[in-house]
Amino acid sequence: MDFLVDVLAWFTDSANWQGSAGIPSRTLEHIRLSAFATMVAAGLAVPLGVLLGHSGRGGLIAVSVVNIGRAIPSFAVIALALPFSIRAGLGIGFWPTFLALVLLALPPIFTNSFTAVRSVGIDVVEAARGMGMREREVLLGIELPLAAPLILTGIRVAAVQVVATATLGALVGWGGLGRYIIDGFSVQDNVRVFAGALLVAALAILTDVLFSVAERILAARGGLHGHRLPARMERPA
Amino acid sequence: MPQRAFLATEPLIRWGWIWDHLDEIRIQTVEHFILTGIAVGIGFAIAMGLSIVALRFRRTYGPVTWVTGVLYTIPSLALFAFLVPYTGLSRLTAEIGLVSYTLLILVRNIVAGIDSVSPAVREAAVGMGYSRTRLFLEIELPLALPVIAAGLRIATVTVVGLVTVTSIIGQGGLGLFILDGLRRDFYTPLIVGSVLSVVLAVVMDLTLAGLERLLSPWSRAGVAR
Repeated sequence: MDFLVDVLAWFTDSANWQGSAGIPSRTLEHIRLSAFATMVAAGLAVPLGVLLGHSGRGGLIAVSVVNIGRAIPSFAVIALALPFSIRAGLGIGFWPTFLALVLLALPPIFTNSFTAVRSVGIDVVEAARGMGMREREVLLGIELPLAAPLILTGIRVAAVQVVATATLGALVGWGGLGRYIIDGFSVQDNVRVFAGALLVAALAILTDVLFSVAERILAARGGLHGHRLPARMERPA
Repeated sequence: MPQRAFLATEPLIRWGWIWDHLDEIRIQTVEHFILTGIAVGIGFAIAMGLSIVALRFRRTYGPVTWVTGVLYTIPSLALFAFLVPYTGLSRLTAEIGLVSYTLLILVRNIVAGIDSVSPAVREAAVGMGYSRTRLFLEIELPLALPVIAAGLRIATVTVVGLVTVTSIIGQGGLGLFILDGLRRDFYTPLIVGSVLSVVLAVVMDLTLAGLERLLSPWSRAGVAR
């Protein structure tokens, strides 16, 4: 119990709420990089997945991307990003973390976008074509809206994973909430470690919940409901 | 931080280092395998228990997947960090964390696998006088094997990846090389640890796939997963 009292004291200590190592600044840092990385990955993977899904090709790629992605540990991705970032002259800290997070976010977003478009009923697509819609209209007017909730499921899985892995950015010289855990370990300050873990876990769960709400809203507006099983099969980080 | 000029010229792989550390690489690979095996083994036992409860009392399935889902969402480093004040920088801490990540995947697949057994088969067995226990052990489990095995494979590959993180809480395994590489800005162990971890995941995945084929000769005709 004494320990939890210490943790509470850590959170109420005003020193931990100020400056660049304070909770607000570290949290913002964590959210900003995670959001940036997820958006860049979505910008790349959603169009690719949707286009391939529309054309019906690349099913094998969609499956392999996820399987390969699962076998490569997030920790390895972030560690391997370091030498490449340094060689490219981007240095340590922000860039290796950012690169690793984008790479990790791509597979779930790509595969879910692909599957989402594939799972739009062929009868619906045929009906749209029969009504004289062009391919572009079928894609943008029919397939995309119906696939939207499932695409969002992919982005949710990726975002949760990105928030989790950003914690490891502290090991390649970046800030974020992982700093509390990593620095706490190195000075054997269990209170700081535990407090950092609470903040990271809360942020990951909050991300998951916010996206679930968004998915539900999208699904209620007429999309296919994102069934959770394939997406949830992603690994934690 | 060390000078970037030096880092940029450091070769990605120093083969000499690998040659000099073959013994340690072997030891840590085995350690990685053991840490994974314990986690998946214990995780499977717990998941089987939870699944039996969830199958028997359907209303518990929601809460079980909710709790295991929350565990699954917590970032691994944070989960280990929660445990350190209580169980220290120990193997126990690592295993509790690793086991909790297998549960969601395994429970889902065990329940889905048993559910996929056709009611006709179940009725036939009951008609032949199978007791509930024998029905479960001799009919339902074998027929659910492909789906359960798929879950085991996903859980195993996931855990192999997560074991790399346990090096941060002072455990062995291939993550030790990655961490060592990061701390000393020395790329060779970093790459060795990462590559071997992927290799180990693929090898264990294929081994489980092979085992599944051996155990279910009837599905060899090509039932996908």
